[in-house]
Amino acid sequence: MKPKHSLITRIWHWLNALCVIVLFMSGLGISNAHRYLYWGNKGSEPSEAWTAVMRFPDWATIPGHYNLALSRDWHILMAWPFAIALMIMWAAMLVNGHFWRDLHTSISEWKPAAIWHDVVEHLKLNFEHEGAKHNFLQKLAYGLVFGVFLPIMVFSGMAISPGIEPAAPWLVEAFGGRQSARSIHFLAAWGLFAFFAIHIVLVLLSGPVKQIRDMITGGQQ
Amino acid sequence: MKRRNLIAGAAGLFAAGCAKMADSKAGQSLFDLAENWHLKAHRALAGKQGLVPEYTRDEISPVFKGNGSVTVDSDYYRAQLAMGFSDWRLMVGGLVKTPLILNMDNIRKLPQRTQITRHDCVEGWSAIGEWTGPQLSLLLDAAGVLPEANFIVFRCADTLYGHKYYESIDMVDAYHPQTIVAHQLNGEPLPEKNGAPLRMRIERQLGYKHPKYLTGIEAVSSLDDIEGGKGGFWEDQYGYQWYAGI
Repeated sequence: MKPKHSLITRIWHWLNALCVIVLFMSGLGISNAHRYLYWGNKGSEPSEAWTAVMRFPDWATIPGHYNLALSRDWHILMAWPFAIALMIMWAAMLVNGHFWRDLHTSISEWKPAAIWHDVVEHLKLNFEHEGAKHNFLQKLAYGLVFGVFLPIMVFSGMAISPGIEPAAPWLVEAFGGRQSARSIHFLAAWGLFAFFAIHIVLVLLSGPVKQIRDMITGGQQ
Repeated sequence: MKRRNLIAGAAGLFAAGCAKMADSKAGQSLFDLAENWHLKAHRALAGKQGLVPEYTRDEISPVFKGNGSVTVDSDYYRAQLAMGFSDWRLMVGGLVKTPLILNMDNIRKLPQRTQITRHDCVEGWSAIGEWTGPQLSLLLDAAGVLPEANFIVFRCADTLYGHKYYESIDMVDAYHPQTIVAHQLNGEPLPEKNGAPLRMRIERQLGYKHPKYLTGIEAVSSLDDIEGGKGGFWEDQYGYQWYAGI
C-alpha cells in the first residue's frame, strides 16, 4: 500500500523545517544590524526608509545575543541545504506526480462558492475531505509556499549577495534593486512565518500525534 | 501547560544545540566550508573579471554614509589633513620585484578609472557613489608581483577598538578591473569619514573589505602570520567572513 507521504516528501519536510527555522532566526539577528528597509538600489539613512522594523529580542535570534558575524555564518551555511533541497523536491514532485495530483489546481476549483465552502468547513474544524488528498485551501497554501515564497527566499537572497550580481544583474533588476530585494526577502520571510503559524495550529487541531507520526513513518492513504 | 513546557524545552534545547555546534571546531570548519562554496560558486558563475553594474550620476546617494572608522586619531593625520595630504605616502611592497613609494601626485598622474558603483555594508544598507583612482593592477604590475604571491594585504593608518585596521583579498579580486585605489568621491578629494586620502574599492564584496586611510599595499604568500592571521581586522577581532561577497 502506498504511504500517505512519500519518503522524499518526509525527508524534505523535516530538513526544510530545520533550514527554515535556522535561516529565519539567524535572519532576525542579521536584521538587528540595520533595522531600516528601503526600495530601489540604495538607502542608508532612516529618512530614506519605507519602514523601520523592531529590534528582535535575543530569544528569537541565532545566536541568542547580538553577533552579526555568527548570524551570517548560520545563514550562509543553511542557505545551501535549503536551496538544494527545494530544487530536488520540485524536481521530485514534477516527476512522481505529487505536484500534478495534490497541489495543482484546475480553473473549476477557483469558484467563489467552492472556496467559501472550504473556508466554512475549516472554521468548523472539519478537516475531512473525500477523494482528493488536499482541499482547495490546502492546495492554495502549499502552492504559494512551494511556488512563490520559498523560491522568492532563495532568489532574493541571491540578489542581496554582491558576489552574485556580476553573474546575474538581471536578478537584482527583477526585484527592483538590491534594497528592494532585501525588503522583499524580509517580507517573504514573514509570509513563511504566517504559513508556519497556521500550519502548526492546524496540525494541533487535527490530531497532532497521528499527523506527526505520518510525516515520520509515511502513514497510510 | 505541559505542552507549553515541552515547546519551551525544545526551543531551549535547539538554541543550546546551535550554540554548541557554533563553538565547536567541526562547526567552525563547516561554516568555513560553506563560505568557500559560495566563493567558488560566485567565481564559477561570474568569472574572474565579471563586472558589477555601474550607475548614472543622478542615482548617486545624497550623503555617502561614513561607518566603522570615520577618522584617524593621530597628530600626524590631523597635520596631513590640514595640508591636503601633500606628504602622504603609499608603499607597494612585499613579494614584488621593485617596491614603490608613491605620493598623492604620483597617484593622480597615473591613468584613472572613474566608476559609479553601489557600496553594500554588511549591516544591510547601500549607498551609491562615484569613485576615481588608478586600478590596483596598474600598481601591482609596476612593482612586478612575484609568482609566489597569493594575496594582497592593505595596510591602513586607522585603529578601531584598539587594533590596527587592515584587509586582504586574493589575486583574482586584486586584478579585477573595478578594483581601484580611490582618491576621489563624487569628483572631490575623499572626505575624511570615507577614508581620506586613499581607500580601496573591492566592488564585488561588502564594505568592510574596502579599507580606508590606505598607507601600504603588500603582496604576500600566506595570511597566517599577519596580525591575527585571518586576513582582516573584522575577521580577526569579530569572526567576520573573509570572503564578503555573500
